[in-house]
Amino acid sequence: MFVIVAGGGKVGFYLGKELAEQGHEVVIIEQESRRAAEIESELGSLVMVGDAAEATVLREAGAERADLVAAVTGDDEDNLVICQVAKVRFHSGRTIARINNPKNAEIFQRLGIDDTVSATDVVLSVIEQEIPRQHLVPLLRLRNTDVEIVEAVIREGSAVAGHRIRDIALPSSSNIAVIIRDGTPIFPKADDPILFGDHVIAFTTRENEARLRSALLGD
Amino acid sequence: MNIIIMGCGRVGARVASQLSQAGHDVTIIDLVERAFRRLDPEFKGATMVGNAIDVDVLRRAGIERADAFAAITQGDNRNVMASQIAQHIFGVPKVVTRIYDPLRQETFELLGVQSISPTVIGADAFLAILDPTAEGQPSGSKESA
Repeated sequence: MFVIVAGGGKVGFYLGKELAEQGHEVVIIEQESRRAAEIESELGSLVMVGDAAEATVLREAGAERADLVAAVTGDDEDNLVICQVAKVRFHSGRTIARINNPKNAEIFQRLGIDDTVSATDVVLSVIEQEIPRQHLVPLLRLRNTDVEIVEAVIREGSAVAGHRIRDIALPSSSNIAVIIRDGTPIFPKADDPILFGDHVIAFTTRENEARLRSALLGD
Repeated sequence: MNIIIMGCGRVGARVASQLSQAGHDVTIIDLVERAFRRLDPEFKGATMVGNAIDVDVLRRAGIERADAFAAITQGDNRNVMASQIAQHIFGVPKVVTRIYDPLRQETFELLGVQSISPTVIGADAFLAILDPTAEGQPSGSKESA
């Protein structure tokens, strides 16, 4: 793959480094020449100085033949514009924007950005996993397909504790993939029961999330 | 009209003051309180400190009821982001943006963003005096097709 990484901060640097180590062709675009020089001394000549929101800079970086443009500067607005210019002017393959404000995930998607990554959301989901809650904790969203991987902790009031998986009325487009019981992962068969205290890892879609929650957590 | 303006610099303050004078309900948003000193003393609208690329700030400013939105900060990218949110997320009927960079203006015209480029307007104004026959766009305002 040919990847353009826009933004040579910590994220851009390590992203570029990892991608290059994996054998992909990478260009990092960094605005500040001193920072670009630092990157060059560590990673070699895969860095270019310029403002990645400018069409001339993206053109020089090869945006027309980029399979992926990852805009990972520290500012949501810059990442939005970089991705939009890449997509609209150069028809670059896929655009990913880093966002700080979780509310920009949906907004950016509606404005044509293929994927967003929010460090805030990732930390939130890690925090939520630590706190017992009466809801489904989203672990991962596969945005293109609306599929989510969620975790439910079976506690008081759950109608499914003690029941076999085959006897639980799961909504459509949902299934139970793994049960973590006392720290041990179990890949359950239909005849296996769900027990009180289990962490149930399930696949579902966004539309069916509420019904899955009802089914597992007895809402 | 209910109008929200992002950015109380010289242009933003002037636009806001004149719209308020003309009888419109104006809300002007800026990152810093002291920017509002640029407004006319007779300005009758509302001021709000906040970052207008944040959807919560726009909601608090009343974007859901706005008839018009103008993005007039120093930053092209912030302007372009806020105005697209106004136009595509909130469906504000009239949205206009300042974009200094002529190339960015061209790109965003393709995305339906209506913009004013002071660079283009300014250059054209100079050319009109220095050599009217030199190449130039007739107007700095690029509307969506």
